[in-house]
Amino acid sequence: MRSDIILRVVAKILIPFALMFALYVQFHGDFGPGGGFQAGVIVAAAVVFYGVIFGLAAARRAVPEPLVESMVAAGVLVYAGVGVAGLLLGGNFLDYFVLDHDPVHGQQRGIFWVEAGVAITVSGVMLKVFYLFAGRGRDFEEEP
Amino acid sequence: VIETGAIAALLAMMCAVAVAIARSRNLFGVVVLSGAYSFLMATALAALDAADVAMTEAAVGAGISTVLLLGALHLAGSLEAKPARRPEGPLFVVIFTGLLVVYGTYGLPAFSDPQAPIHRHVAPRYLEEGPKETGVPNMVTAVLASYRGYDTLGETTVVFTAGIAVIALLRRRRRKEGEGRA
Repeated sequence: MRSDIILRVVAKILIPFALMFALYVQFHGDFGPGGGFQAGVIVAAAVVFYGVIFGLAAARRAVPEPLVESMVAAGVLVYAGVGVAGLLLGGNFLDYFVLDHDPVHGQQRGIFWVEAGVAITVSGVMLKVFYLFAGRGRDFEEEP
Repeated sequence: VIETGAIAALLAMMCAVAVAIARSRNLFGVVVLSGAYSFLMATALAALDAADVAMTEAAVGAGISTVLLLGALHLAGSLEAKPARRPEGPLFVVIFTGLLVVYGTYGLPAFSDPQAPIHRHVAPRYLEEGPKETGVPNMVTAVLASYRGYDTLGETTVVFTAGIAVIALLRRRRRKEGEGRA
């Protein structure tokens, strides 16, 4: 599909908006629908779209596999780290009230980091699975 | 009334798509139809005011899993093999189980019944205290990330574990083919 100019142009126009929408879903999830899981999936879908149009090798150059693999674990660590931070500040595990002087701000801070962790792990796993599936059987054709 | 009609129409279309999926031998068509099924599902969920779930269904069900299934078709070929046995036995099991499930729904409270047990336990407290305690107007986010933070940590761990399992299963093969990097 790399030779089709319409698909290439449409992808180039759409992918930035998809990433922007993912950020909106991530950071506006407190007010509107959405949150970490949805944002992570949208980020992954944008990169998958890029990979489908421009080839797997191009997607691997844009979002390298070591980064994706570390994202898989980093998200869970961020999430659990919020819980441990609550412990260190004198609360219970995943207790957000102690994260700030104002309990409501502490809640918001905790939710922010927890959602960030979910988004990181989800997009990492989705992308890694896509790379693995798409990479099987065609490594020899597309690797530069 | 319009909403009920729209949801009934969507469910009828989903039934039609499911029958088409079951009857089709062309797996490429099946993948495309299951994407259509997911979009219908997402629309039905949006009509039921479950915007968060609808968004997830559209992105995961119709987007990512369609791409993954197409990737699998690329490896497996796109024509379904002839079934080895007659389908009557499995069909009977499926229909029997389906009827049991339908029978079970008669024991459930009516949809959006305010007296249903699930709306009388902790939900009122979430609705009344949630915006004050967490400062987050979206109830789904407040419950998901704060009140039910343990469960969401568990879910994230499940996603992590599933990803690790797929990596462990699919990567060994590539090493064997002399593809040491990546």
